[in-house]
Amino acid sequence: MHYHSPTSVEDAVKVLAAQSGDCRILAGGTDLLVRMRSGLAEPDAILDIKRIDGMRSITREEGGFRVGAAVSGTEMAEHAALVAAWPGVVEATGLIGSTQIQGRATMAGNLCNASPAADSVPAMVAAGAVAQVAGPNGVRDIPVAQIPTGPGKTSLGPGEFVTSIFLPARPDRASDAYLRFIPRTEMDIAVVGCGVSITLDASGTCTEARVALGAVAPTVIEVPEAATALVGTPLDDPALSALSAACSAAASPISDKRGTVEFRTHVAGVLARRAAVIAKTRAGAA
Amino acid sequence: MALDSKSELREFKIVGTRPLRPDGIDKVTGKARFGADITAPGMLVGLVLRSPHAHARIVSIDTSRAEAVPGVHAVVTRADFAEPGEDVADILDNCMAGAKALYDGHAVAAIAASSGKIARDALKLIDVVYEVLPHVTDVDAAMKPGAPVLHEGRTDETVPEGLSPNVISRHEFGHGDIEAGLAQADRIVERTFQTEATHQGYIEPHACLAQMGPDGQADLWCCTQGHYMARNVCAEILGLEQGQLRVTASEIGGGFGGKTTVFLEPVALMLARKSGRPVKMVMTRSEVLRATGPTASSSIDVKIGMTKDGRITAGFAELRYQGGAYPGSPVDMGSMSAFAPYDLEHVKTIGWDVVTNRPKQAAYRAPGAPMAAFAVESAIDELARGFGLDPLEVRLKNAAREGTRASYGPTYPAIGLEATLRTAKDHPHWSAPLGENQGRGVACGFWFNFGGDTCVTLNITPDGTVTVSEGNPDIGGSRASMSMMAAEELGIPYEKVRTIVADTGSLGQNEVTDGSRVTFAVGLATIEAARAAIREMCKRAAMVWGIEPEAVEWVDGAAQPAGPNAGEHPPMTLAEIAAIASNTGGPIAGHHEANPEGAGVSFATHMVDTEVDPDTGAVKILRYTVFQDAGKAIHPAYVEGQFQGGAVQGIGWALNEEYIYGEDGVLQNAGFLDYRVPVASDLPMIDTVILEIPNPGHPYGVRGVGETSIVPPLAAVANAVSAASGVRMTSLPISPPKLLAALHER
Amino acid sequence: MSKIHVTTTINGDPTEFLCEADETLLDVLRDRLGLTGSKEGCGTGDCGACSVTVGGRLVCSCLMLGAEAEGQEIGTIEGMAEGESLHPLQKKFIEHAALQCGICTPGLLVAAKSLLEHNPDPTEEETRYWLAGNLCRCTGYDKIIRAVMDAGKDMREAS
Repeated sequence: MHYHSPTSVEDAVKVLAAQSGDCRILAGGTDLLVRMRSGLAEPDAILDIKRIDGMRSITREEGGFRVGAAVSGTEMAEHAALVAAWPGVVEATGLIGSTQIQGRATMAGNLCNASPAADSVPAMVAAGAVAQVAGPNGVRDIPVAQIPTGPGKTSLGPGEFVTSIFLPARPDRASDAYLRFIPRTEMDIAVVGCGVSITLDASGTCTEARVALGAVAPTVIEVPEAATALVGTPLDDPALSALSAACSAAASPISDKRGTVEFRTHVAGVLARRAAVIAKTRAGAA
Repeated sequence: MALDSKSELREFKIVGTRPLRPDGIDKVTGKARFGADITAPGMLVGLVLRSPHAHARIVSIDTSRAEAVPGVHAVVTRADFAEPGEDVADILDNCMAGAKALYDGHAVAAIAASSGKIARDALKLIDVVYEVLPHVTDVDAAMKPGAPVLHEGRTDETVPEGLSPNVISRHEFGHGDIEAGLAQADRIVERTFQTEATHQGYIEPHACLAQMGPDGQADLWCCTQGHYMARNVCAEILGLEQGQLRVTASEIGGGFGGKTTVFLEPVALMLARKSGRPVKMVMTRSEVLRATGPTASSSIDVKIGMTKDGRITAGFAELRYQGGAYPGSPVDMGSMSAFAPYDLEHVKTIGWDVVTNRPKQAAYRAPGAPMAAFAVESAIDELARGFGLDPLEVRLKNAAREGTRASYGPTYPAIGLEATLRTAKDHPHWSAPLGENQGRGVACGFWFNFGGDTCVTLNITPDGTVTVSEGNPDIGGSRASMSMMAAEELGIPYEKVRTIVADTGSLGQNEVTDGSRVTFAVGLATIEAARAAIREMCKRAAMVWGIEPEAVEWVDGAAQPAGPNAGEHPPMTLAEIAAIASNTGGPIAGHHEANPEGAGVSFATHMVDTEVDPDTGAVKILRYTVFQDAGKAIHPAYVEGQFQGGAVQGIGWALNEEYIYGEDGVLQNAGFLDYRVPVASDLPMIDTVILEIPNPGHPYGVRGVGETSIVPPLAAVANAVSAASGVRMTSLPISPPKLLAALHER
Repeated sequence: MSKIHVTTTINGDPTEFLCEADETLLDVLRDRLGLTGSKEGCGTGDCGACSVTVGGRLVCSCLMLGAEAEGQEIGTIEGMAEGESLHPLQKKFIEHAALQCGICTPGLLVAAKSLLEHNPDPTEEETRYWLAGNLCRCTGYDKIIRAVMDAGKDMREAS
């Protein structure tokens, strides 16, 4: 196996283009090394992106934030402006694994690992995040929701990798929240996850909403019906009940060692309601 | 050896205090050497190839491609081992499969190579042809006629006709007439309970290092609860003389019963024999979960009758435990312990030992008892609550006391159950207010405790310090406890005594560290060894003074003339006697070898508050208090630690830990990600109350404390969940999907 | 395949080693450098027994390649005491009997030290969540949490 640690995106693209075998991208490594250890991944080469310029920085752009692909959850949580704008995305990324994992794990890695239960992905989808991808044909932007195509599968082409995640600017009275259900209080994979992002007007009426669910389908799903249930309402009880029902209806999970169809379907609605209430409070609703 | 008659009046100077442990600094600085930390010059790395099938005939194994790989020095299969004696046949078969692979993860071959990478790659070149067979992993399914059969001809004479050959034995305990007792009841609860297998979950995977010379001398270093056991078993399997195999126990990173047998050790020795090089083997976590001892899973029918004032009129339980691929589930102990806390006129338990296509169960802290207590204590709770009675009062009303004939036969001497119940009732926890969706549960637990073969040698050094050699790996602070008892007896400071765990060449036979036996049995032997040394020191002083040895007594670390000679000579301290030992007859030591009876049973009552999230089925542990009789707590901090650790393992068993098998019989959660042991944020502080009802069988009154603490929590948590949510959970773990489904069904 | 040459700093000592591309930092520490204080309990980042700090961040050394250590400052349990003088956390772990078997202890100490550096006055809940990635099977965590909080108190008073 070979280890590459290029210092520019261009060099990284070249290295990737030159690979004949299986080359994996290493950001935080908290999924890749587990897969290698268990024999599920036996790469011929590893490309470590952490030494590439910009991969470890959070920068302001068009009022939003560009988060480098190697920025860890802990680094995000230490960025006060990012936390103020996108608390749900930050808390979702911060839920990935233990303190030890949070110091390494990244949103981009979580996205490209393409687990339907990835914690940061529902929050990113709800946020309308956009991934920037570099590859042999240059750089392109693609909505985060379009990257995973199934468990462990992505839409990235040969030689492509995610270089950053862009979180857009936030108007006033807008916020987000992410909740997941796990059997313990830490250290588990989400049995269900839900990200909710909302914008309120001055009267507290929801003008915009986006809701996404994790671990209830082969990929993280956005639930437009859930958003519809919120828009135009003050996020009152009937609206929250409609949100809850829409999320349960949109869930099409499987039963496995972590949860049953019935459980995931029900809890998707429970979490959506709870996350919406948190987002509403954060958005400054009275 | 009985309780010292003066013990209750005795003012201990060291026993009951909390000195620092002798292995503390090594363990906080990373210097302590555990199983995987041992190396030898020129050592090879040994790895095991494991069956991917739950049940398969091994048609052939071709190792030639692997053997041809440069860097591979030995490949071992079952064919390398001689036909084993009957007493080790199952152990060997578990370490290296013979005709059949009996569970997912069963070892079928092993390799020793010059690096881990070479060994890993070469492992893939061993060609095993399997004929996959139907499998069974559920205990009730395995008992039925027509179930896939693991072994023919292992059923013993206790089993009636008509059951599957997977049913190995039937056990029955009790007295009285169940039907007559039930007829006196105002209400009868009859329910079936299930518990899933849980793993001991020690953080240190199994590891060993073996070397063997052509002269038949061999050395083995391993993490084990019993290196004497490892020696005896490996010697028999390898055809070595026990005296030629020297086993040294490393520091042990947790065991809880799971390291009371061998897995890698005979294989490592065989690889060392074939390669002529030292061979080190370390399991991965996945191997630990797939191939080492979880506990049994169980299915238990309970029928208990109670009068409306809370008297239990009859108790019946039928227990079915699967203990994995070989006979020997702890169903006998489950059956004996199920009703042990109660004074019952009519009681009967029947236990069935069943084999299935799962790894052979290994002992896990009070083996067999927690599941039985879950069933019985849940049913008692349901009856008590049904009558609107205080569940502690009900237990007090039926509690076993001194003179009670135990459900499993013997009559109890002084025991502490009643004291734990009364203390619990008076504790502020019992009367603390509860909020919405919160509930409180209690349950009792029992464990037998044990003595076993024990040797201790205590040496007086020329400068008047003391070394104690014992043969039991220190799993929770026992070296400190032995030093304390030796210092107490000798009348010298704790710091003057250093206790070590000696290798198998240094002492006679020692039973493994199990059965909560060490503080009791090794402690007893340490006290006796100290007394032997004291007798010798008194003799030396008598010689110097020219008086009879019987006229010398030992007081506060010194010999002094007694009786008519009292005051004639100034006391001679231990150090003074040690300094002249060479001139008064040579070095001074005391030793003691015994298989002590009188371990003294132990009881506990646990109290727990839970909160149930009615929308998700999540259970939160809010508060937990352990009340347990320790007989006499030598080092109270370590006693508390045993109480707390057992309680939390029980909480894990109750809520989230389980072996999950797929339809294919393959373990689905062979890692700490989905085998969910409790993490720090899952828990509150675990409060403890140590009660001291002296054990009549130990000079200081010590009872073992390690195991009882895991017995009550399964039922205590389930009872608290029932109180909080209104649903009675009869199947463990009470995982959120299961509880939510029960809440929705209601 | 050629090995990778890595120059790094471990517990303040300039250190060089050669490793395979797929070798973890934990394997390098244990097998190449003889620093066996970091333990492998799972190899998958689920138990925390291999906890070390890299550039001041707490990580599982089993989930990091040795090659990634290039130019980094690594801290392990072996560097926690200064000579004969134990770190307050090490003293408190012994005093509170916060270890039974001791296999999780190095990882817990490294993690707890990192906690107190980030948050000198943690609540019990903060302590429990920070340490949730460090499994202990012996103690039920009670005495560990007490030891960490007591060490934090002493360190605050001393500073």
